[in-house]
Amino acid sequence: MQIHIPTPLRAYTEKQETVSVDGATVADALAALTAKFPAMQAHLYSPEGKLRSFVNIYLNDEDVRYLPAGDATTVSTTDELTIIPSIAGGCCPAACCCR
Amino acid sequence: MIATEEIAPAALPKLSNEEIARYSRHLILPEVGMEGQQKLKAARVLCVGTGGLGAPLALYLTAAGVGTIGLVDFDVVDESNLQRQVIHSQATVGKLKVDSAEMMLKGLNKNVNIIKHNTMLTSANALEIFKDYDVIADGTDNFQTRYLVNDACVLTGKPNAYGSIFRFEGQASVFATEEGPCYRCLYPEPPPPGLVPSCAEGGVLGILPGLVGVIQATEVIKLILGIGEPLIGRLLLVDSLAMSFRTLKLRKNPDCPMCGTHEIKELIDYDQFCGIEKPTTAGPLEVAQHAAVGDTQVQDGIPQISVETLKAKRDAGEDFLLLDVREPHEYQIAEINGKLIPLGSIGQRLSELADYKDKEILVHCRSGARSQKAALELKAAGFTNVSNVAGGILAWADRIDTSVAKY
Repeated sequence: MQIHIPTPLRAYTEKQETVSVDGATVADALAALTAKFPAMQAHLYSPEGKLRSFVNIYLNDEDVRYLPAGDATTVSTTDELTIIPSIAGGCCPAACCCR
Repeated sequence: MIATEEIAPAALPKLSNEEIARYSRHLILPEVGMEGQQKLKAARVLCVGTGGLGAPLALYLTAAGVGTIGLVDFDVVDESNLQRQVIHSQATVGKLKVDSAEMMLKGLNKNVNIIKHNTMLTSANALEIFKDYDVIADGTDNFQTRYLVNDACVLTGKPNAYGSIFRFEGQASVFATEEGPCYRCLYPEPPPPGLVPSCAEGGVLGILPGLVGVIQATEVIKLILGIGEPLIGRLLLVDSLAMSFRTLKLRKNPDCPMCGTHEIKELIDYDQFCGIEKPTTAGPLEVAQHAAVGDTQVQDGIPQISVETLKAKRDAGEDFLLLDVREPHEYQIAEINGKLIPLGSIGQRLSELADYKDKEILVHCRSGARSQKAALELKAAGFTNVSNVAGGILAWADRIDTSVAKY
């Protein structure tokens, strides 16, 4: 299945906008992504392994948080995952909490 | 929807014959008509920020006949703004943005009532400012203000026509309506410093805020007129390079402390929320807010040196490495003969700096913020003599060599 990578995180997926992975569930697919691109782990998950609160994962157009099975939801090869980070830019470059 | 819907038609402001002629293309649309145009005239919209997003927002709302437009901005027009902030002009460089915007807006539509708030939006003034408006349009550029605007909208019951951009992608939605989600339902917390790599890869395609700002203006008008389907409960994603538009579903989070449980009843201190110290140095608030390194001698354990000191060391032939942590395309614009290793690659390229493990390394970037991060990373990797060039290549271009291009 395809995972859409948002611009701020493409630095960690060798600039790819879409990554192809295999996985039976949302969680499996994300694990395959971080196995392929280990740098993504820290950006998506806290050290305790929880998805970071400023990142949202969508299965097609639904937020995974609100699916009955959450990230254990089964996926097919035609489903798509999208990672949506919060962005804040309104006019200026380099405008975020980081320095 | 919003307040103007509840005003009886007889109480809506009348349109003069001149206004009827001006807005004729609206009046002949069944979805707008006389009553719709009167609702626009009665409406009061606050544009938070008169920059990339605020520019098209304010311009199109003014053109549409919104009766009162508030502008919140503390900044001054800079030439680099003109790459995208089309509400300003060559003639207004150096002027206050709210004054510059007012000139353009009045020039477009003499009927519009412009209210200028030449101030930074803070937890001390947001509620007071918001209460006089019907709709808030968030065109700001930092996380603290986005959370502040969201919270103030929920607390004052005003919808938030939200838009945000990053490089060539944008998001738009309508938050803080009674039945819909608020910004915190989507993002309960901002990213902590250092985790979202926007600073190292800044820059924005000039057209992008134009696209997203007009989408925001469209949503504002739909809310005022009560037509179409506003982006309540939906997040529009725009990818201008692919020219793709996607919509994702947003749910109101019943446990959201802001709009779900309403636990939060006051605006909080957003700098602390975002993990940034309050700005303490003198200078434009915006610079401090973006946390460029201040005038302290040592910051987080990294000595700060001035560009004058860097020049003196060079002239004296001292043995040090000048490390430039910007991106290759920036190096092409201007450089001061530093060794280029972009911030994001430092971790993988430490071996190239092995000769300077215990010798002096001076790190610079564009303005001193990324280089500070790089210096911290080197220190953590065991380098013993790393300093940050405060002010970066911009300070060098200002004070040492004016032939170096500023960007």
